[in-house]
Amino acid sequence: MPIQCSKCTEQRAVLKRPKTGQSLCKECFFIVFEEEIHHTIVSAQLFKPGETVAIGASGGKDSTVLAHVMKVLNERYKYGLNLMLLSVDEGITGYRDDSLETVKRNQEQYDLPLKIVSYEELYGWTMDAIVKQALDRGAKLLNVDKICTGHNADDLAETVLMNVLRGDIARLRRCTSISTSSGGEDVLPRCKPLKYAYEKEIVLYAYFKKLDYFSTECIYSPNAYRGHARAFLKDLESVRPSAIMAVLHSGENLSIKESVKMPVQGTCGRCGYISSQALCKACVLLEGLNRGLPKLGIGKHHRLHEKLLSQQPLSNAEERKLKAVDF
Amino acid sequence: LAAAALWDVLGILLGGAELLFDGVKEHHVTLPSQSEPWNMKQLLVWIGQNLLKERPELFVQGDDVRPGILVLINDADWELMGQLDYELQDKDNVVFISTLHGG
Repeated sequence: MPIQCSKCTEQRAVLKRPKTGQSLCKECFFIVFEEEIHHTIVSAQLFKPGETVAIGASGGKDSTVLAHVMKVLNERYKYGLNLMLLSVDEGITGYRDDSLETVKRNQEQYDLPLKIVSYEELYGWTMDAIVKQALDRGAKLLNVDKICTGHNADDLAETVLMNVLRGDIARLRRCTSISTSSGGEDVLPRCKPLKYAYEKEIVLYAYFKKLDYFSTECIYSPNAYRGHARAFLKDLESVRPSAIMAVLHSGENLSIKESVKMPVQGTCGRCGYISSQALCKACVLLEGLNRGLPKLGIGKHHRLHEKLLSQQPLSNAEERKLKAVDF
Repeated sequence: LAAAALWDVLGILLGGAELLFDGVKEHHVTLPSQSEPWNMKQLLVWIGQNLLKERPELFVQGDDVRPGILVLINDADWELMGQLDYELQDKDNVVFISTLHGG
């Protein structure tokens, strides 16, 4: 016995909303999903008319849905935004090649200009690292006012949980904010229009709209710790779908005791980009590659930053830990 | 007389779930005849024994689908159709979409 849509009461329902438990037909789902994102954008005043906004596009489900919905809402509600797609080519063979092909098709499907910046263009090296910084620098080349990214409610809940598990109070405090203001001249404001959208609905929106997206496990991504946090949240969601929103809500409303010391956000001593350490992640990676110590960019080696900045050699013991493993 | 009915089912795997099935997205399967209609719970067991090629823990958890994998039966969310208890009909179309892969 098919279940009817609880909104229009005419069509056959195609999904049960995790957020509300409502059963909706395809058309009502599209409307509700888009209107909620419109509501998020309007109530948090994410954009101003006339702005140029880059959509961080990876070819994956979240950024593909974001690009589609931003285009629809910009036209429907006359936001007056100049939208474009911005991708970073990290130079990972296979994974990136296919996902960039998807972004190129999206460019035609949504009729939005696309710029692909490569790490080679930005740093002179091809490797997987620091997409955030690359997006900023790419956007700067294009005179963009703002960047929006496809982070969804599940991603944010996962990040809240990760920051609790790591005891990272500074990140815990800022990870749920819907937009970040510009942090100096090199850093553009960023926002997350899909912040309150469930992953389930994003995936089903893409499926029912037949959007063209790319999905495969990124060969560099498996992170055991994050994987556990993710699996844990998914387990909770299957028992009680509101758990995702509840974790996000908790993160948003935490207040930090005044006696908690926060790290001061400074700038990189070499390139001037924001960095909580003496050197930013990109400069550490480059330094590691230049010195033949590839593991310098992986893990935490803050204590070495002063030495790197002042061009001092590392001790043998320090170098041994940072060399590539020989097979 | 028990009908020797055949259950032809089209299974489709998306969102990265196909990687656990040799990268094959579409599976036309004919389930063996049995006296009771096949339900989703039995279908999952059958898939685990006959189609799943690697790392079953990424697809099934206990006797259910792993959380984070969405299931659609004839293009509708299986949460509307009784999930594991849904009785399959001939020519049903079952889609599994993994949400556990990159965004």
